[in-house]
Amino acid sequence: MEVIRSQKRTASNDVVSNPKIPLYLTAPPLEVRLEEFELFAIDRLRVLKGVSDGLARGKNPKEMDDVVDALWKEHMRHSDASEMLNKDIISHFVIRLVYCRSDELKKWFLSMETALFRHRFRLRNFEAQRAIVGEFGLPYKAVTGAELESLKERLGQVVRSLGQISPSVVNDICCVSVCFFSFLSFAVEAVYYKVPFEEVPDLVAGRRVLIQKGHAFVAGSQLVSLVVTQFRSHISKALILTNRKWMTTIREREKDRLTPIVEALSTTYVGPDYSQSSEYADISLKDIDQVSKSSFPLCMRHLFEKLREDHHLKHGGRMQLGLFLKGVGLKLDDALAFWRAEFSKKVGSERFDKEYAYGIRHNYGKEGKRTDYTPYACQKIISSAPGAGDHHGCPYRHFSEDNLRAALGRMGLSSRGMEDVMDKVRNKHFQLACTLTFEAVYGTSCDVGINHPNQYFEESQKILKSKTPAAPV
Amino acid sequence: MTREEIESREDESMMDAPQINKPKPEEFFNVNYLRIYYGKRTLFPYSDIHKWLSYGHDGKHPGCDEYYFGRREFSFTLENDVYLRYKSFKNASSMEDAIRSHFPYKIDIGAVYSVDPDKRHAYSQTGSNVFTPVERELVFDIDITDYDDVRYCCSGADVCSKCWPLMTVAIKVIHTSLTEDFGFKHILWVFSGRRGVHCWVCDPKARRMTNEQRSAVAEYFRVYKGNENNARKVALMGYSLHPFLARSYVDYLKGFFEGELQATQSIFSTKDKYEKILAMISDEDIQSELRGKWENSARSSLSEEAISLVRWEQLKNTLQSKKHKAPTLRMCVEEIVFTFTYPRIDLEVSKQMNHLLKAPFCVHPKTGRVCVPIDPNNCDDFDPLAVPTLSQLIEEINSGGSRMDVDDDDDSDTSLLGKSIKFFRSSFLEPLLKSCKEEIESSYKTKIGKSKDSLSW
Repeated sequence: MEVIRSQKRTASNDVVSNPKIPLYLTAPPLEVRLEEFELFAIDRLRVLKGVSDGLARGKNPKEMDDVVDALWKEHMRHSDASEMLNKDIISHFVIRLVYCRSDELKKWFLSMETALFRHRFRLRNFEAQRAIVGEFGLPYKAVTGAELESLKERLGQVVRSLGQISPSVVNDICCVSVCFFSFLSFAVEAVYYKVPFEEVPDLVAGRRVLIQKGHAFVAGSQLVSLVVTQFRSHISKALILTNRKWMTTIREREKDRLTPIVEALSTTYVGPDYSQSSEYADISLKDIDQVSKSSFPLCMRHLFEKLREDHHLKHGGRMQLGLFLKGVGLKLDDALAFWRAEFSKKVGSERFDKEYAYGIRHNYGKEGKRTDYTPYACQKIISSAPGAGDHHGCPYRHFSEDNLRAALGRMGLSSRGMEDVMDKVRNKHFQLACTLTFEAVYGTSCDVGINHPNQYFEESQKILKSKTPAAPV
Repeated sequence: MTREEIESREDESMMDAPQINKPKPEEFFNVNYLRIYYGKRTLFPYSDIHKWLSYGHDGKHPGCDEYYFGRREFSFTLENDVYLRYKSFKNASSMEDAIRSHFPYKIDIGAVYSVDPDKRHAYSQTGSNVFTPVERELVFDIDITDYDDVRYCCSGADVCSKCWPLMTVAIKVIHTSLTEDFGFKHILWVFSGRRGVHCWVCDPKARRMTNEQRSAVAEYFRVYKGNENNARKVALMGYSLHPFLARSYVDYLKGFFEGELQATQSIFSTKDKYEKILAMISDEDIQSELRGKWENSARSSLSEEAISLVRWEQLKNTLQSKKHKAPTLRMCVEEIVFTFTYPRIDLEVSKQMNHLLKAPFCVHPKTGRVCVPIDPNNCDDFDPLAVPTLSQLIEEINSGGSRMDVDDDDDSDTSLLGKSIKFFRSSFLEPLLKSCKEEIESSYKTKIGKSKDSLSW
């Protein structure tokens, strides 16, 4: 394999501290010992799980860079550069085999590997990044000359609209003097690539690039977007192919050797999805009001209160609250009765049956393609986009400070507790804010951190039940 | 249906001026009119819709995919809210027959799937032989009810000449961006029939966009992030506007805000109204300063519009001098303008390929108005209250002034619906089909070229 051979030729210290990131394009013709098969995979899983935890806690990109750096050093490092690369490649392919086998596993693997790649890329210097871009073999050229001149003013507007000087500009010699001497006039970078806007969806979505006639002008410092899109697309296709191979040949052929290992590895690291209610989550209609005040996280409490108040919720709210209630143990019949009782007050029971009942049944997997939808985790809720008339989303993120303080006051937070929470909110640590709220409300510490509304509910119920075992809480 | 009803239906389709009663003025819509609308071949433009959705695959060229039209999903909403999904038609005449047998209150157009939607159950959900959308126009839905917090003349389902201009501005902003920024060429804007507009982007590149890419474009357009839980619903961070927002502001939004909007909505004239705006300024001192000025001038003799303009100038001047106090004040003036005027699209409609959207030239059951195309280059002239209603069309037939036959190119056709259909054809359909056919031809040639090479030794 090309990559390995060239590593052996240039065995310098440079490589160990600045290793190549393989693109995992083809499975390597390497020999792997059976023990290594499992051990390498477990080490990589530790890295991926760490990435998942970091994202769930709402860490910003710079923090995630540090998380990935630390995780990689701890689990994947090796004094011999080529050994390290082998482990990297082998572990990826083993886990790909493990996680290609269901949609849920595929989605998790794709997200985590992409995030891992993204942050490893960001940790490289500009030269290394350009080299990696080159390896993808993308046909996009740098913009030069007259074309660049004609765009300069608007490119400057884009930079200023983002409100900060991007770090790699400082690396670029041409721009250093501009940076130091004109702090308030943000410099346009030296290198821009002209790519079809479809290739950089996250930059388009964030209005972080100039777009003209279907082309996006991507700055050197934004290359990560371009390659991450490519990387994700490639891994996504590869997962489908791997799955096919697994189903048709590998599983049967390896049933006494690899298959048991592969099947065991997949159950280890995906977090609980709350699709089946546990012993702590089994509520009935008559308890629901009380339980909403005692055990619901703020996002669900808000939705619940608005539903009781307006006798209506828009689609986003119905999904977020409806699936949460399912996870909390509300059975389909009770759910239908609950929503019907509320909505009938506004739209009448006939319209409810006609327009809304289907949706509830759909959530429980009784209609359409019969998917049993899982309740939304915090990450999903935080990244939602409530608009006019909506009440879903994460209050720590989506509420104004005044409204949030009022809501927290209603939950019984003291002013000291509230300041701690608001401090987290200002730093955009929404899940930590929710965790602090939990700790303040129940007078206990929550080391694990909240990353799912149903987790909040179950933890809350555990505490309350341990205090008064007999009464309904 | 009784025998008499069946007979009279047959008569209607054969006669030019059927014997029907003159419609009562308050009755804009009823089932019988709908039957005539879909029954006659000269009202609902069946063949134009079919040509559009075939995108050049009319079977007349070897490169055509003759099954393309048949893989498109339609849905019908019938009387009594019966909803029929996954309908598909082999060709124009089977589409016509289906519409004529159901007389749907609403027809929606969905995506083109990998296989005929009718046969989807034969295919699995995962694996290689999958029932999945493969092409779908990039669509946008703008509904004026999403602006209820910034319009004072109407609310809910109502719309009038004072608030409709919000839609006009929205069309201008989005259309300019779609053409200038994204380079799209084949764009159809349609009146939704009551209180909004739909946009269909039909370029091949647009039809093949993934959900992620559609989501990116929708987010690019998104500025308003509001609901009743936050006061500052537009937050423009950074030291300048992105060029797209800057262009929209300078070319359309600023002028509209300082001109027509003040005249029609007088957004500063009463305490309730101006408090809402003061809440968008994230500095208590500035709020108090302005509030003080305005409370004292409450009993001025100027018109509402004039008062509004004066107060707007005061606000701008105050903010200009104080904008360096905090980052959130830097673009507060622009934020206010954007809150009142910038387009608010329904993100969910645009993000997914399988989302269905109402077909052009349907009739809205609540208003009886036909969902006619809007010319984005002349959208100031569009009046939603002057759009032909079903009853007007029937009356036109009665008085013998109905639209000429489908193929008539006579420019003197001035029938109510004829103008819209002519516009649809000349400015949208014809350029689109020309470009589709060129694409089919060139990709066919490439394919032929390739296989020729593969035969050479």
